Amino acid sequence: MTLPTPSRSSLLMAPALAWLTALMVVPCALVLALAFFRRGIYGGIEYTFTLENFGLVFDPLYAGIFLNSARIAGTATLIAVVIGYAAAYAIAAAPRQMQPVFLFFAVLPFWSNYLIRTYAWIVLLNREGLITQLLRWFGYTGEPPSMLYTEGAVIAGLVYNYLPFVILACYAPLSRLNPELAEASRDLGASAMTTFRRVILPLTVPGIAAGAVFVFVLSIGNFVTPALLGGGRFQMIGNLVYDQFLTANDWPFGAALAMALIAIMLLVLTAQALAADRAAGRIAEAKGGADG
Amino acid sequence: MSAARTLLAIDKVSKNFGRVTAVDGISLDIRENEFFALLGPSGCGKTTLLRMLAGFETPNHGRILLDGRDIAKTPPNKRPVNLMFQSYALFPHMSVRANVSYGLEMERLPANQIRSRVDAILATTELIPFADRKPEQLSGGQKQRVALARALVKRPRLLLLDEPLGALDKKLRGAMQLELKRLQNEVGITFVIVTHDQEESLVMADRMAVLRDGKLLQCDTPHAVYEHPADRFVADFIGVMNFVPGKAAADGVMAANGARIAGTVPATLSPGAAAVASVRPERIRLFPSPETANRIAGTVEALAYHGLDLQLHVRTALSPKLFLVRVTADAADRRPVSSGDAVELGWDAADVRIFAD
Repeated sequence: MTLPTPSRSSLLMAPALAWLTALMVVPCALVLALAFFRRGIYGGIEYTFTLENFGLVFDPLYAGIFLNSARIAGTATLIAVVIGYAAAYAIAAAPRQMQPVFLFFAVLPFWSNYLIRTYAWIVLLNREGLITQLLRWFGYTGEPPSMLYTEGAVIAGLVYNYLPFVILACYAPLSRLNPELAEASRDLGASAMTTFRRVILPLTVPGIAAGAVFVFVLSIGNFVTPALLGGGRFQMIGNLVYDQFLTANDWPFGAALAMALIAIMLLVLTAQALAADRAAGRIAEAKGGADG
Repeated sequence: MSAARTLLAIDKVSKNFGRVTAVDGISLDIRENEFFALLGPSGCGKTTLLRMLAGFETPNHGRILLDGRDIAKTPPNKRPVNLMFQSYALFPHMSVRANVSYGLEMERLPANQIRSRVDAILATTELIPFADRKPEQLSGGQKQRVALARALVKRPRLLLLDEPLGALDKKLRGAMQLELKRLQNEVGITFVIVTHDQEESLVMADRMAVLRDGKLLQCDTPHAVYEHPADRFVADFIGVMNFVPGKAAADGVMAANGARIAGTVPATLSPGAAAVASVRPERIRLFPSPETANRIAGTVEALAYHGLDLQLHVRTALSPKLFLVRVTADAADRRPVSSGDAVELGWDAADVRIFAD
C-alpha cells in the first residue's frame, strides 16, 4: 500500500472535518457568541454586547458551584483511580489467556444504557432498597439509612459509571511493563512496596493520568447523575447549565457557564497532554521497544 | 583454583512446574572467585536453576547453601546475590547513575558513600560519560555495561548473568567476553553465567556444568569437558564431533562395515553393546603414517575455507554421515586437496572416545 499523498489525505479527512465543523465547531461558536449577549426581559435574547454573563460566573454563588463540582469530580476521580488501578493491576497479573475475559467483564456495564445504570443505583440506595433489605436480613432493625440523594450517592454513581475508563487506561501500560523490571528492583534489594512506588507506579503514571482526566472531565460536566442520585440538592455545573437553558430561560448566562466549563476541561486536557508527552519516552522504553 | 573453598553448594535441588520437571535433583559446588558456566540447550533447566539462585523461584526439594547457610527460601531482596537480566531490565525512567545507585539506596547507605561507590563502578565499566543519559539513549553494549555496573556495585557474594551477551552482535560479543573476564578478575566476585553458547562457556568459564532435561550431565573445566565428555550428548553438544556407530568390542568399536575403531572402551560397556566411537575434527590427520592406529580411505566431497583452517567433508565407509576434518592452513598449503580427491584419514587410539549409544 502506498502512503496517502497530502491531497489524498485531506480528501480522506474531509468527511470527519465536515462532521466536526457542522456539529461541533459551529454550535460551540454559536454558544460562545450567545454568551456575549444580554438576556431579554421575557427570556429571549437581546442582541447587545455585554461581558456581564462572564462576570456573573465569578459570582460567589456560582463560583461556589464550580468549586463544589470540582470537589465532587475530584473525589470521584480519586476513588475511581484507586479502584481502577488495583483492578487493572490484578488483570495484568492474571494468566495471559484470562486477561481478555476479565477485561470484558470490567467493561461489560458500559454496554448498557447510562440512564438505566444510574437508575439501578436508585434501586440499590433508596430507603427500602436492596442495601436496606440486606441490612435487615442481617438483623438491622433501626431507621433505614438515607443513602440516596446524598453527595456520596452522586460520587458512587460517577465512580461506577467511569470506572471502566480507568481500568482500560491503566491496564494498557501495566500489561506492557516488562516483568523483569520489577524483578530487577527486588533483586537490587527493594521490597515489594518500594518496587511498586519507585518502578511500577512511575512507569504507569501516563495511564493513570489518562484515566483520571477522563473521569474528571466527564464527571465535572455531568448532569444526569447529580440530578438522579443527588435529587437536585447537590447542584453541579452541569445541572446549573441545564437549568439556565431549560428552566430559567437565561441562554446567555447558560452559554457563559458552558464556556467556563469547556475552558476548565481544555486546561485539564492540555496539562495531561503535556505530561503524557514528557512520559512518552519512558513508556516506549518500558514496552521493551516492541511497538511505538 | 582447586584450593578455593566452596561458596555456593547446590544440594539435590529439584523444581517442577505442574507436571513439568524443570530441574531434577541437581547437585553442584561453585567455588569462591570462580567464573562458572551453566550450559545447555533451551529447556534444559539452566534458567530455572539460575532463578532459584536469585530467589525468584523456590526449589521443591533440596538446599541452596551460600557460605553454608540455606538461602533456598530467602526472598531475592534479602540475599547477597545479584542477577544481570537477559533483557538488562534497566529502569527506563532513571538515568544511568540513578539505575546504578538504586541498589545502594535500598541498603540505606549514606549519600556520600553511595556517590563514591557509584563513581568507582562507573569508572570501571567506562560509563562516566553516559552517567546522565537515559537507557534509551544507550547502545546495546553500553546497556549491558550499565546492567553489569548496577549488579556489581552491590558487591554481591555471587553475580548471576543470564545470557549476558545474547543481544550483542558477534564482534561485540567477543570483546565483551574478554571484558567480563577482566572485570571478574578485577572485582573478585564469583560469576555464574547461563548460556546456550558452548563456545562462550569454553572461552570464559573456569568450570562449567552441562545440563540436559533438568539433569546435570557433567561438571568440570572446559578442557576436561571438551576432551573427555561424559556421554554422547555432551560430546555432540560441545564443539564438533565425528561419530562412528557400531558395537563395543574388547579394544574398540566394530563399525557397521566391519572396520574396527581402536580406542579405550569404558568399563561400563559390555562387549556387543551398541556403542559409538568419536573423534574431534582437529585430531584427524590427512595422509597419516602407516603405524597410525585408525586409518580409513575416503573421498573429499566439500571444502570450506575458514582462514585459520580448512574444513573437509569426507565420505567414508564407516558411517553414512560425512567426516569433518580440520586441516591447518599450513598443512593444507603443503599438500593441497580439492573436491573429489581420494584421501586417507588417520587418528590415534588415544584421541578416540567411546560412549554407549
